[in-house]
Amino acid sequence: MKNGPGLKIAPQLPGPGRPGPRAGASAFFICMFVVLIGAPFLINPVFAMNVLCFGIFACAFNLLLGYGGLLSFGHASFFGSAAYMCAYAAKVWHWPPELALLSGTAFATALGLCFGALAIRRQGIYFAMITLALAQMVYFICVQASFTGGEDGIQAVPRGYLFGFIDLANDRSLYYFVAAIFCVSMVAIHRIINSPFGQIVKAIRDNELRAVSLGYRTSHYKLIIFTLSAGLAGLAGATKVLVLQLASLTDVHWAMSGEVILMTLLGGLGAPFAPNLGALLILTIQNYMSGLGGWVTFIQGIVFIFCVVALRKGIVGLLTQMFRRVKNK
Amino acid sequence: MFELIGIQPKALFGQLLLGIINGSFYALLSLGLSIIFGLLNIINFAHGAMYMLGAFVAWILLNSFGLGYWWALLLAPTIVAAAGVLIERTLIFRLQGLDHLYGLLLTFGIALVLQSGFQIIYGSSGLPYAIPTELAGGHDLGFVYVPYYRAWVVVVSLTVCAVTWVLVERTPMGSVLRATIENADIVESFGINVPKLVTLTYAFGVGLAALAGVLVAPIYSVNPNMGGDIIIKVFAIVVIGGMGSIFGSVATGIGMGLIEGLTKIFYPEAASTVIFAVMALVLVVKPDGLFGRSA
Amino acid sequence: MLEAASLQADSNIGTRSPPMLSVRGLNSWYGESHVLHGIDLDVYPGEVVTLLGRNGAGKTTTLKAIMGIIKQRTGSIRYSDTETIHLRSRDIARQGIAICPEERAIFSRLTVLENLRLPPALRPGGLTETEIFELFPNLSERLTSPGTRLSGGEQQMLAIARILRTGAKTLLLDEPTEGLAPVIIEQIERTIFSLKQRGFTVVLVEQNFDFAVRIADRHYVIEQGKVVDMVDNATALADMNRIRSWLIA
Repeated sequence: MKNGPGLKIAPQLPGPGRPGPRAGASAFFICMFVVLIGAPFLINPVFAMNVLCFGIFACAFNLLLGYGGLLSFGHASFFGSAAYMCAYAAKVWHWPPELALLSGTAFATALGLCFGALAIRRQGIYFAMITLALAQMVYFICVQASFTGGEDGIQAVPRGYLFGFIDLANDRSLYYFVAAIFCVSMVAIHRIINSPFGQIVKAIRDNELRAVSLGYRTSHYKLIIFTLSAGLAGLAGATKVLVLQLASLTDVHWAMSGEVILMTLLGGLGAPFAPNLGALLILTIQNYMSGLGGWVTFIQGIVFIFCVVALRKGIVGLLTQMFRRVKNK
Repeated sequence: MFELIGIQPKALFGQLLLGIINGSFYALLSLGLSIIFGLLNIINFAHGAMYMLGAFVAWILLNSFGLGYWWALLLAPTIVAAAGVLIERTLIFRLQGLDHLYGLLLTFGIALVLQSGFQIIYGSSGLPYAIPTELAGGHDLGFVYVPYYRAWVVVVSLTVCAVTWVLVERTPMGSVLRATIENADIVESFGINVPKLVTLTYAFGVGLAALAGVLVAPIYSVNPNMGGDIIIKVFAIVVIGGMGSIFGSVATGIGMGLIEGLTKIFYPEAASTVIFAVMALVLVVKPDGLFGRSA
Repeated sequence: MLEAASLQADSNIGTRSPPMLSVRGLNSWYGESHVLHGIDLDVYPGEVVTLLGRNGAGKTTTLKAIMGIIKQRTGSIRYSDTETIHLRSRDIARQGIAICPEERAIFSRLTVLENLRLPPALRPGGLTETEIFELFPNLSERLTSPGTRLSGGEQQMLAIARILRTGAKTLLLDEPTEGLAPVIIEQIERTIFSLKQRGFTVVLVEQNFDFAVRIADRHYVIEQGKVVDMVDNATALADMNRIRSWLIA
């Protein structure tokens, strides 16, 4: 039973009566500032930072899937390889944190360019499988290479002094640094989505043949959005290393790729900042169930199934639907 | 000649034999995956979990019911196929008409549930399963030692692949399947129960995976992670081979097994990644896959 | 929207047996788009009826809705006294209707013989293979070729031939002459006549008006998802412009 070429997952689109991107974004940014400033006083700063990192990771993934319409099943390769790069730069080369971060992000971006160029040659299902296979290749290299520390990973990564004088060993200081990175990332994603480039990417997602007939070189656009998504995922991974001071095989395993998909699906595909909610929920679950080993994955599997069968628009989508229904009464 | 390369002939052919054996598993798995994809248009991520399930059912049949290998060969694929019917009827069919990427996500969730479920119950370390006594031992051909069980595995796999080919390409039921892949609506308008065909095909596909699991149980141990590890390689293999033809799936599976075996001899560090490297190469040179049908 | 009763008066048919197929208020949708806006028509046993109209008027959609291939439909479709609007297409097939679709849908991965044998015999009265080869002799020569290796005309014959096995008494033919040479069109004309003589009921979608008047008993004109006119063949022949005007303007 054949479908057309390049079918994409269609997230909820703005319709009449729904606040447009500008209004929704402003609301989000205001909430974000309030929450970010207050958070370290209410919850464990390391947990909060972890949530922020995975929030960036999930939003970066959403950029590719919700807006680009491309399902990558190998995003852990960007997250994890940037983590290893940053860890190595900070620990072995003694680079300051800002440079270590940049090196990780740059590596992930370059890797994204390579993998994207290969994967984009196929559509839909094949695209997903290719990204998965390429990521698995990265995993195996990380298992065997000496510089990644194998099963142990790279541990005790020094957080260093930001710009030479801010001691990031202090959780509070690091928190504000990570919060700043988070803000910059969210603003960047917002700008990308609402730019002319972003509009074209959305058009390609909705009807690639039409975009081609209008003269757009769609593969170039797909490659660019893929690379941007990979770079941001890398930023998330590198930042996570500074927070947890560890880069390990978990970061490049396919289960990590699955996790970021789940966060995005749960939060809401296509709503630009909804995956942050998914990240918060999943990490909270993991936090509370950390003693129960295999059950965490089991529950994640159930949540996955539930989301695909019953909650395709994610929690944000569900809330928006309920909000609209109340409004229309 | 072998002395020149510095390799013992027994090591070389031993590794090649291992390559053929692995290749037969790849062939069985990619065959099932291709058939399911052709008809349901989903990539069954749960295929690896079904493979694992087949091995576990064999182990459980032996350790809880005293039913040995020969029973397992028959019962395990049947039981797993029944599980497949259940999964298709309750979960997968709800995705009809949706983008097929949702199928990948759903089956991924199912794989997670099955894998972690068995991990909770049985732990992560492998459980042993003995080679049946009738197939123990082997025969020394001089240049290679051929264990009987491994030869048996290759023979069974290739026979099953051949039988599947005959069923699909040369029987009336196979013609219904091939027609439904092309145009399910018209086939249904002829009075044929297409949803039932889809369910049975899914069951058959996962039954093939379970059979591979039973065959592999005495060779590698039975553990919950065995599915996840192998399924991604099989994905790469179906990208290499294209999913258009049965022959293509089988040939690519065996071919990749051989290439993996050869790599282990000459450049062992790359053995786990060589299949992915081949996939990258094929994508550059022949994006539709070696045997792919475009459209 | 013309009432069925007034259509009957117009056509001079007089008293006759009840309709084989009776469609009332048929609405249907492709996703969001509303394609049929209330089709009413009747087809009597043994008749050949054509659905005429311009491209995109909804003729093919009507056939597909009758067959149940289009699932989003409301209204009433009664066949032989059974309401079929809520049935799946495989159950509609069991009632005795079969469709020969616009693209012919000959399967490329099946041989001619496999294509022919694909539809199962659902009811008694289907033609045997011998009878089919009598009606369509050229098919018997190409049995092992892949289905799509046949010429357009041969594929059309195959598409008609295979649904004759099912025992269906009502055939829905969607543009059987499209893209075919005049010689082949004559063949198809003879085939349809032959089927009519054997008692089949045929609903035909056609763009080719000249072909339609040679073969049909009555014509419906469909425009923008509704029936806008119905004439019997005699009236159509006498007043060719009546229908032509619908097809051009």
